Amino acid sequence: MSDALDVQNITVAYQESTVLENAAFSVPQGKLVGIVGPNGAGKSTLLKAVLDLVPKLHGRAVFFGDELKKVRSSIGYVPQRGEVDWDFPTNALDVVTMGRYGHVGLFRRPRKQDREVAFQSLKELGMEDYAKRQIRQLSGGQQQRVFLARAMAQDASLYIMDEPFAGIDAKTERAIIELMQKWKQQNKTIIVVHHDLQTAREYFDWMILLNKQVVAQGPTEEVFTKEKLQQAYGGQLAFLQSAASEETGGLS
Amino acid sequence: MMQEWLSLLESPNLRWVLLGSMFLGIASGVIGSFVLLRKESLVGEAMSHAALPGVCLGFLAAGRELPALMIGAAVFGFISLWGIRIIHRNTKLKQDTAIGLILSVFFGLGIVLLTMITNSSAGNKSGLDSYIFGQAASMVQFDVWMMSGIAMLVTAAALLFFKEWKLVIFDPLFAGGLGWKTKTLNSILSFSIVLIVTAGIQAVGIILMSALIITPAIAARYWTDRLGIMVILSALIGAFSGLSGAALSALDGGIPTGPVVVLTATAVFVFSFLFAPGRGKLAQITAYRRFRRRWKKQQAVQALDSVPDTTPSRYAAWQKTLGVENSEARRLWNWLKKNRYLT
Repeated sequence: MSDALDVQNITVAYQESTVLENAAFSVPQGKLVGIVGPNGAGKSTLLKAVLDLVPKLHGRAVFFGDELKKVRSSIGYVPQRGEVDWDFPTNALDVVTMGRYGHVGLFRRPRKQDREVAFQSLKELGMEDYAKRQIRQLSGGQQQRVFLARAMAQDASLYIMDEPFAGIDAKTERAIIELMQKWKQQNKTIIVVHHDLQTAREYFDWMILLNKQVVAQGPTEEVFTKEKLQQAYGGQLAFLQSAASEETGGLS
Repeated sequence: MMQEWLSLLESPNLRWVLLGSMFLGIASGVIGSFVLLRKESLVGEAMSHAALPGVCLGFLAAGRELPALMIGAAVFGFISLWGIRIIHRNTKLKQDTAIGLILSVFFGLGIVLLTMITNSSAGNKSGLDSYIFGQAASMVQFDVWMMSGIAMLVTAAALLFFKEWKLVIFDPLFAGGLGWKTKTLNSILSFSIVLIVTAGIQAVGIILMSALIITPAIAARYWTDRLGIMVILSALIGAFSGLSGAALSALDGGIPTGPVVVLTATAVFVFSFLFAPGRGKLAQITAYRRFRRRWKKQQAVQALDSVPDTTPSRYAAWQKTLGVENSEARRLWNWLKKNRYLT
């Protein structure tokens, strides 16, 4: 079985400085993967580079042993919540229906069954009562649920999510992680950019530690060690030490 | 007055002009909705100002021929668009700074060229100034056809790309994740703006064309939270503005069309801003007032609960707990009495 994602030496630069240097790792299918690293480590950029949303200086990404073009429809991308205009004239159901656009095809209108799939996805996330609500009137957690429902409506086999847990309530965080675990049981692969070390160990069974370069990759219990975290986080160590020793059960 | 109107409508040329202005208004309203949501209201403004030197150069090259003037306007529209992108991308300047720069430099160039033309002997009767503020009534049938043709083309493009533009504007990253060519889709929208500005130069005038694009969309946004409905409303407001502008300027040959169009569209905007349900100012004020009244009553009931009815001078104790001044306290007390809270 080919890897869900194989990243081969990706380098990305903005103007005159590199954001990612020779990032290389692979993700087996059916894993719930956390990409973890300090601020400015290039986590979001990595996702965008892999999806061809920013130009790469060097390197490439292979999905299920194929190039991106051929597998687009089986990849679901969930951008950061802050990157869209929430004042846009649209409602929750409409946003979730956008998840069907890849299936609908260019210049065609979504069909009735697309709206039904969208509504079912909203329901799955407990948001059916908000289907007709203008998206500005939703709380941060509800907005994130709408994004998750949209990804669900895409019915992808690989999900790539940028900080889905940022700025949401505990209940929504629970609901989202449960949904991800359900997807994993269906042998879907989920790659999540995450910056909360406290929960990272509990959530993910596979981890990529990133700080411009890939510091470590593999099963969480192998990656989430004090030395490797130190290596990735460097100067921010003092703050992290307590978190790491707590979470790793006193590895030191 | 009425008779004048009716006699005017008997002129077949004017009927065409009115119809054409309506199509122009529809297309402007439709495209304007997407421009507004893409937060590029000022880009249309820059484009329409930048078209002036293009119109002048078109005149110098080919005389007072509408196609030449339109080509000039379109070319300069693209140059301004491209200039804004270049400045924005290669410097640390914000987009509005780039727009201000491009707008003023091109308009300045346009005025210089315009003065040169009007001072020359050929330019004396050129009537080029009617392209600045618009003179719909001066259009001949060919002009109307051209304007209507472009307007219909642009409207058709918006219908075709409705779903695509919606997603690309709302969530460009997600659209890119689907593998859509977001740059191309954005360029088609920009191209449509240039086309519609160009189409409107004679009827509405280049300077005020940007207002016909943006104002109907702003007004429409107040009435709905659905993009489809917003586009339809914006098209209707645009049609109404275009129609009334052309009609009024035809009625009194001295009034240019552009300003009337802008005033009509702005009147609709002011009405929407004040009276639209939900987003309108009046609706928001009444909603706030209603909430405040209900909240005060709740507070009054709660304060009463904390003052048992055995308390001597209950009213004074209640007012102290509630912490409001005399007149308001009396009003709330009366309300409590009326609703049998004081038994």
